Amino acid sequence: MQATSSVRESLITGGKTVRDVSEDISRHVENKPNRLWWIAFAISLVLFGFGFYCLAALLWEGVGVWGLNKTVGWAWDITNFVWWVGIGHAGTLISAILLLFRQKWRMSINRAAEAMTIFAVICAATFPLAHMGRLWLGFYWALPLPNTWGSLWANFNSPLLWDVFAISTYFTVSLVFWYIGLIPDFAVIRDRATRMGNKTRAIIYNALSFGWDGAAKTWMRYESVALILAGLSTPLVLSVHTIVSFDFATSVVPGWHTTIFPPYFVAGAIFSGFAMVLTLLIVTRKVFKLEDYITIYHIELMNIVIIITGSIVGIAYITEFFVAWYGMVPAEFYAFYNRATGPYWWAYWSMMTCNVISPQLFWFKKIRTNIVATFVLSIIVNIGMWFERFVIIVTSIHRDYLPSSWSMFYPTMYDLGEYIFTFGLFFTAFFLFAKFFPVINMAEVKSIVKSSSEKKH
Amino acid sequence: MSSTGEKFLVGIFDDEDVLLHGVEGIREKGVRIHEVYTPFPVHGLDEVLGYKRSRLPIAAFLFGLTGTSLALIMQIWMLGFDWPMIIGGKNFVSLPPFIPVTFELTVLLAALGMVATFFIVSDMKPYKTPRSFDIRSTDDKHVMAIDLAANKLSKEEIGQILKAHGASEVNEKNF
Repeated sequence: MQATSSVRESLITGGKTVRDVSEDISRHVENKPNRLWWIAFAISLVLFGFGFYCLAALLWEGVGVWGLNKTVGWAWDITNFVWWVGIGHAGTLISAILLLFRQKWRMSINRAAEAMTIFAVICAATFPLAHMGRLWLGFYWALPLPNTWGSLWANFNSPLLWDVFAISTYFTVSLVFWYIGLIPDFAVIRDRATRMGNKTRAIIYNALSFGWDGAAKTWMRYESVALILAGLSTPLVLSVHTIVSFDFATSVVPGWHTTIFPPYFVAGAIFSGFAMVLTLLIVTRKVFKLEDYITIYHIELMNIVIIITGSIVGIAYITEFFVAWYGMVPAEFYAFYNRATGPYWWAYWSMMTCNVISPQLFWFKKIRTNIVATFVLSIIVNIGMWFERFVIIVTSIHRDYLPSSWSMFYPTMYDLGEYIFTFGLFFTAFFLFAKFFPVINMAEVKSIVKSSSEKKH
Repeated sequence: MSSTGEKFLVGIFDDEDVLLHGVEGIREKGVRIHEVYTPFPVHGLDEVLGYKRSRLPIAAFLFGLTGTSLALIMQIWMLGFDWPMIIGGKNFVSLPPFIPVTFELTVLLAALGMVATFFIVSDMKPYKTPRSFDIRSTDDKHVMAIDLAANKLSKEEIGQILKAHGASEVNEKNF
């Protein structure tokens, strides 16, 4: 019933049948994890444990354990926050925007990408929460709750408060969207467990699947829900990084006070997010032997998204410089001059190399279809995107209007420890996800087996 | 599970296109289909089964509208009336800075409200055990259930119709 053009490459290789899809994906949930999984999981837990110690020390001692000073009041905390939120964006882009555009190649990768989104947003949220210092009072500062100050309400004119609403809505809606997608697949595992006689697993996965029956009527409603959630998530994902960029753009700090921040941040977010999806999926497809579902063609398409968004980011960097010169504001001009030639020149040029130059290598088909090259470049892109946030944040504020207060930022063990904490958290969560949840959306992949598989032609 | 005495004839289909044509043909023969269970969404199946379009979009819209109104009322009341404060020399009630929170709460309520409605109308909950006509319906088979009590034709006649329209197996299932 579906028209497929013969020029398009198959999305599923290896002549898979609908049956094979259930088998190949559910197997990882049903079998005991292999040694590689245990090693990776143990390393993540160690990182998590060390990071947790640093986080506890921060909560006990206060924000003073970080390397912040009077001039640089925001550094790694907000850098890491923006970095993680940005990474999350690819998941929603893949599951929502590509659904609206009817891009079938999303189907093999959306589940893992959405999981990445959720874990990345949790990691991001730990930074502003930790930076609050007295976290337990933070709810009164961040949410419009009645309080004993009169009630002195939260300030709705502040972009930081918009962030609270944007990130929490984004997290909730992404979680719901992801879970809705998981429901039919939990039912697959439930029914397989029933057939294998594993009662406990059947009961657990039945509860997780909310008693899914797969009736035509339920599917009809389900599809309607998925489409509307995609429609809601699309402006939502664009709004989230826009609002994150407002944290800077609405201030009057030279180097932050820029109107191109919203589109530039959104493009950067998608850029880094796709890089992280590639890093994770290249490993996942290898460990779980999913080469027939996540093919070279999928990797190539993601690399094309990286070229496009990477180029948008590059143009944004150049535009900022042009406007700093053209705007004739000395402070603004100095902020950019200082970025490229000041004491943080190395951060600036790392960013330029990793984000603007390295993704251009994907113009060569040989490179964008090569797994090792893609894996290396995907990590380089995320290093570059970390430097981008660091450059924007720290180089803009370390030398402000008053030269006597110029300063440098030096991270402490606790700055590093919190960053490591989020890596531990992210990978622990991702490995647990990969073990207990189906990493590929079985129902969606099954629906294209007939039209996009190699065998039936 | 206690017996309810309901008797069903269950047709198994291997292919979604055969199923779609099968449903059309079987309904033309005057057989009333109880429900079809599929492992993945089959496009056009709701139409050939004669289901009306879902009204969930309307629910989403209404929940979204609630979110918009609540967000605006909350912000205007808190900053405009309950405790007005001068912030950056702006008006107490100034709409542009209220837009981000209004948008986020619109999306949040629309999404949560619609999903909750979906669970309620589809009777989905963690402690529900669904009725399974054939356990392979979540794997690779499309399962058509026909309630014998709702049909005038005999079991044998319906079985023949199912076979003629491409069912690979016809089984009986009693609850």
